Amino acid sequence: MTAVAVHAPTVRQHRAFTAVLRRDLLVTWSELPVFLAQVILQPLFLLFVFGKVLGSLGYTQHGYSDLLFPGLLALTAVITGMQTLAFPLVIEFGWTKEIEDRLLAPMSTALVAAEKVLFATLRALTATTVMIPVGILVLGSIPWRWSGVPLLVLAMVLGSLLGAGLGLVLGTLVVPQRINIVFSLVFTPLLFTGCSQYPWPSLSRLRWFQIVTACNPMTYVSESMRAALVPDVPHIAPWVCILVLLGSLTVLMTIGVRGFYRRAID
Amino acid sequence: MREQHVEVPCERPERRHWTATPLLLGVEPEHVDGLHQPAVAVADRHVGLHVSVCLARVARVLVDAGLVTQRDYTAGVIAANVNLSRVSRGATSDRDRPVTAVEVSELVKRYPKSPVNAVDGITFAVEPGEVFGLLGPNGAGKTTTVGMLTTRVKPTGGRAMVGGVDVGADPVRARSMLAVVPQRSNLDRSLSIRRNLTFHAAYHGVPAAEATARADELLEQFGLRERGDVKPDLFSGGQSQRVMIARALMHEPQVLFLDEPTTGLDPAARLFVWDRLRELRERGVTLILTTHDMHEAALLADRVGIMDHGKLLALDTPDALMRGLPGSSTLELSVHAGTNGHSPESVIDAFETLPGVERVEPLPSEDDEEPDDPHWRVRLYVSGEASQLVAPTATLLADRGLSLSGVELGEPTLEDVFIHLTGRTLR
Repeated sequence: MTAVAVHAPTVRQHRAFTAVLRRDLLVTWSELPVFLAQVILQPLFLLFVFGKVLGSLGYTQHGYSDLLFPGLLALTAVITGMQTLAFPLVIEFGWTKEIEDRLLAPMSTALVAAEKVLFATLRALTATTVMIPVGILVLGSIPWRWSGVPLLVLAMVLGSLLGAGLGLVLGTLVVPQRINIVFSLVFTPLLFTGCSQYPWPSLSRLRWFQIVTACNPMTYVSESMRAALVPDVPHIAPWVCILVLLGSLTVLMTIGVRGFYRRAID
Repeated sequence: MREQHVEVPCERPERRHWTATPLLLGVEPEHVDGLHQPAVAVADRHVGLHVSVCLARVARVLVDAGLVTQRDYTAGVIAANVNLSRVSRGATSDRDRPVTAVEVSELVKRYPKSPVNAVDGITFAVEPGEVFGLLGPNGAGKTTTVGMLTTRVKPTGGRAMVGGVDVGADPVRARSMLAVVPQRSNLDRSLSIRRNLTFHAAYHGVPAAEATARADELLEQFGLRERGDVKPDLFSGGQSQRVMIARALMHEPQVLFLDEPTTGLDPAARLFVWDRLRELRERGVTLILTTHDMHEAALLADRVGIMDHGKLLALDTPDALMRGLPGSSTLELSVHAGTNGHSPESVIDAFETLPGVERVEPLPSEDDEEPDDPHWRVRLYVSGEASQLVAPTATLLADRGLSLSGVELGEPTLEDVFIHLTGRTLR
């Protein structure tokens, strides 16, 4: 420790990156029941009330649950990705400063942000996957097409990344004092304008709302999920959805990483 | 001064071959016989440290042991430094020159929307193994300086090097060289204390087995062995501070930065942290600490930089800084102001004419002063025995219808240096 080497050791950033990811996975594993409850409860109740209860009471048409299920997969992916990243990030930057030890690890600040995004995406993918057996359990059967699985997986990945991107932007913009207001102002509209409970083309009778929902990138996740699982229901063409999602991701990640740098380095 | 030189061997870490560089201390001739042995013992313990640091520590031990008087010691240190610089200029080639632990040149930070520079062009260097203190009041720019050195604050201008790495140009590599103990706990609340340590090591690429062994060792050393599996939420400020120092040592950094390491700690926790820092010092870890506690700076630091308003006002060993003050002892007087209109200024002028008084500084009034019982305070820097001036000053005050309400004798401290430089107290 005393002698200062003239040549600094080669820094292997990937080691720091995997160690930070390992830390996040370990923490998730150690509180697995809490994690599952946190991510499953909301879509579970939405599925149960809208898919099962209202259907059994005859308030919704037969087949509505087939339309709702892909939308709820989209919702789970986006919301879980966002929650995983945004809440802890606001707290870590603004209050506990826990993130400092990772910011001082020998890795670039962008990689610290990238790890956050990767971890949030993994959690969102896990939650979305868990929703499939939950759906079978609640609804008895779910719409399923093996030929739609590649598009489904792509939509799950893009949806999870979209959630992580939104979380990164929110998590670096919001100060802890405003966390409640901002999240309710963002969260609820996002939840109900993302076409998870209705297919987008059917909104043509409500033109203004159709325009509003077209501005929510989650709409394109829901639509590609429907294209994958219930292609008979009218939906936006998958290639349009993928293009819009890739565009949204580029914008969100650029703003998010910039915000991350602003919070990490004075 | 009656002066005789004692040679103390000391390893020069920057040289490829072991060389004995004599440390020359000016001492009283009658002390010489008793001096050589303890000096060699201290030097042996500090093998590997930069020679100037080693020198300062040898000298301090000798002073503490009563073998050298304060005055002779400082004179001796200067003589030895002169001697060393002559030796090293002649003998050291560029290739042999050590990499300084920290090198800062013309470093500036101005925050957006701020009219002034938070750090205003500071320059200093810290040698490997040195303990360097940045002393100054809150808002002086100490934390911002440490922030820039530790890659968390982007400099507006100038350059900072840590372990030979340009912090601005290669922050990733710089981070592998340093560790930070912040003012407030930033421990990972989701992980146990032990995992806080081992994950920190993993972030820095320390192999798992080595990290586990080192964590055990550090937990033991920091009195945390029993509490390794507890999460940090339950920890007091002092315990968190210990964990953070232990965590910082997990990747064996070349430079350890401590930002106000004992602020807000209770006295027992403070002593514990000081002891640990002294151990690190003995082991030759380069420490850079910021503090507004002059006692802490004088106790721990080999050299102290005094900061105020973003500028480095002075930089030297604590002894040299205090020696730079006029007078060798101080006399602090509290004066009952009375009602006869003598201003403190006129009395200060009168004090300055007293024999032995080198300088007089008015002190800020104390906060708890009652308005209907006005006092003012002055500090006299005195060349001889301060106690001999108590009577003359009391007489001088009595002649003006003023009365003395308090007297305090003292040696100059770093706080006096700060007051001398800025006209304000540290708090």
